[in-house]
Amino acid sequence: MSIVGVIQIAVTLLLVFATAAPLGGYVFRVMEGERTLLSAIGRPVERAFYRLAGVEEGREQSWVAYAMSMLAFGVAGFLSLYVLQRLQNVLPLNPQGFDGVAPDLAFNTSLSFITNTNWQNYSGETTMSHLTQMLGLTVHNFLSAATGLATAFALIRAFSRAESKTLGNFWVDMTRATLYLLLPMAAPVSLALVALGVPQTLQGALDASTLEGAKQIISIGPVASQEAIKQLGTNGGGFFNANSAHPFENPSAWSNILEIWALLVIPFATVFAFGRAVLDQRQGRAIAIAMSIVLAAGVFAAYWAEAAGNPLLTEIGVDPAPGNMEGKEMRFGVAMTALFAAATTGTSTGAVNAMHDSFTPIGGLVPLFNMLLGCISPGGVGAGLYGSLILVVIAVFVAGLMVGRTPEYLGKKIEAREMKLAMLAILVYPLTVLGFSAASLMLKTGLDSLGNAGPHGLSEIIYAFASTTANNGSAFAGLNGNTQWFNATLGVAMFLGRFAYVVPVLALAGSFAGKKKISASSGTFPTHGLLFVGLLLGVIVVLYLLQYFPALALGPVVEHFLMQAGKTF
Amino acid sequence: MFSQLRPAFVLLVLLSALTGLAYPLAITGLAQLVFPKEANGSLVERDGRVVGSALIGQNFASDKYFHGRPSATSAPDPSDPSKTVDSPYNAAASAGSNLGPTSKKLIERVNATIESEFAAGRIDIVAADAATTSASGLDPHISPQYAQAQVESVARARNLDEGRVRALVDARIEGRVLGVFGEPRINVLLLNLALDALK
Repeated sequence: MSIVGVIQIAVTLLLVFATAAPLGGYVFRVMEGERTLLSAIGRPVERAFYRLAGVEEGREQSWVAYAMSMLAFGVAGFLSLYVLQRLQNVLPLNPQGFDGVAPDLAFNTSLSFITNTNWQNYSGETTMSHLTQMLGLTVHNFLSAATGLATAFALIRAFSRAESKTLGNFWVDMTRATLYLLLPMAAPVSLALVALGVPQTLQGALDASTLEGAKQIISIGPVASQEAIKQLGTNGGGFFNANSAHPFENPSAWSNILEIWALLVIPFATVFAFGRAVLDQRQGRAIAIAMSIVLAAGVFAAYWAEAAGNPLLTEIGVDPAPGNMEGKEMRFGVAMTALFAAATTGTSTGAVNAMHDSFTPIGGLVPLFNMLLGCISPGGVGAGLYGSLILVVIAVFVAGLMVGRTPEYLGKKIEAREMKLAMLAILVYPLTVLGFSAASLMLKTGLDSLGNAGPHGLSEIIYAFASTTANNGSAFAGLNGNTQWFNATLGVAMFLGRFAYVVPVLALAGSFAGKKKISASSGTFPTHGLLFVGLLLGVIVVLYLLQYFPALALGPVVEHFLMQAGKTF
Repeated sequence: MFSQLRPAFVLLVLLSALTGLAYPLAITGLAQLVFPKEANGSLVERDGRVVGSALIGQNFASDKYFHGRPSATSAPDPSDPSKTVDSPYNAAASAGSNLGPTSKKLIERVNATIESEFAAGRIDIVAADAATTSASGLDPHISPQYAQAQVESVARARNLDEGRVRALVDARIEGRVLGVFGEPRINVLLLNLALDALK
């Protein structure tokens, strides 16, 4: 680790925090339908959209209707994206003449993009036509993020309102998030990326004749427009196989900083928007502090582990000074790779600027653990906030148990029904991750996909299901996921991680929204101080370490000690 | 449920047109107008011919050129398309090795690289980037250490004065901006172009 590395990390994070608070105010105004700078242009478009779609803007929905709308939108997105991939060979904008995508892969990819996961069992530059990349994948980068933000606001309203039967209107929330937040941010970010070297063209590939006289075919395309929303919407599905490690997706140290900023800023802003909505900024700040502590702990653990290099390579004569450089790019270095890895898995982005599979065991444990936590530091667009609020509810409940008083959060009583729903949501993750991992380990078809042997192989499988269930999308990419078994099971894991999680969350929102708001008394446990931050972190650690410790012990932890002992597989 | 279908499909179509066609096409138009060089892949030309992209590494095997990092990219096997063959710096199929830290294959591969580099007399200590593959397989950069280690053999192969080649390398080091941002590195393609231009 070096001082320069720490400064690079600190400056990037400071940029995020400095911009997230004001952006949070804007997010709040947009989602609550207030006038903003962009209303003059956006409002007529918005109104026309509602008219054509038959949406009554002022008509709010109960939690059931809200959830049904979200599911219907998911189904429509899934079907259209599936058909688009299957038919890309007969549709325009396919300069390299790619075939239609195979059925199992198209199934997996469709679920991947509508759930904001963006797990990729394909490599973009050899599979997807420009039309699929633009009209399919780019679109769902916007819409899945907008859906996440809509859901977060449904839950926010449950706490900001008293005795309300409704949570807002899904169609309005989703449309506003796209029109006023995501699109206006994606446009300047994509132009900035072009200025830094990211291509934006409709050509398919370029031919170069190298200095040694060989022919080099260079894949290219409308990369920047997708890259911007891929980061801002915490999606992470790369235009190229190598994702943000590809020089055309992330050409320099500057683009790297911009991309890290872009993937962190909206999730943090949403937490501040929450504080604003419940009329107590300290509530949002407390959650932001807890998220930042988890994020920073991950960054520095990964940085420390990667900076130490791989002792097995040091032993045979490789200079350990620059750190573990297998699967990393020179222009980023170890510090900004560690920050990217922790940020992309602390959010549900899953873009990578290095190959996580080649990280040292502890370096790889950080992204894995971040995803097992459900991506909550600071989480995906919208998804981070509702995931965190579930944990907050559990932490408050635990505090209530300790003092023997009915727990309440922001004036809303937490009773048996709410705890059941919160636990139902929480249990979706371990059930899916551990269940599918165990099944894969027992099947030959599962083990045949492994790229690495020994404990690292176990990590590859757990990583895959942790990533898909938490809707992250990064990979230990040595695992070949493009088999019928993994296309199907990873697809189902993504579906469960999104929808089986969100339905209890919305039910919880409906339940909280209907409750009276009790004013705080001297007996109320304060949820804005550092004591609460500590309690929340404690609950997170206990809850998740207990769930996953055996699996992690057999994977990255044992690999770390075996590596130190000089064992290879 | 049926009442949800109209907004679901109509909004999907409208928002798709906006974010999937209008947005990327507008950005393409603007980018081509304002940043034509970057938008088209930062191509490098020599004598009117495209020799590569300044951002994408290419394969150098000859002693007369500085070598980039090892690359893990592959290409379909011409004799059996279901298999792949090694194809370093294949810019149509980016990929890393994805070998884990305790992988036997990784250790054996690095060992082989070290031995061939030593045999070529190119290095005395092995820079980390000289022995490891990059994440994309297309990393255009190497470390100043790795470049300096190659100076002697490149100068010998070209019958050039070692001092001139060393000065060329030093001149092409891209340092940290403000002493903080970016890692010290050298773009191999641009270095080799400058080398070809030395008389």
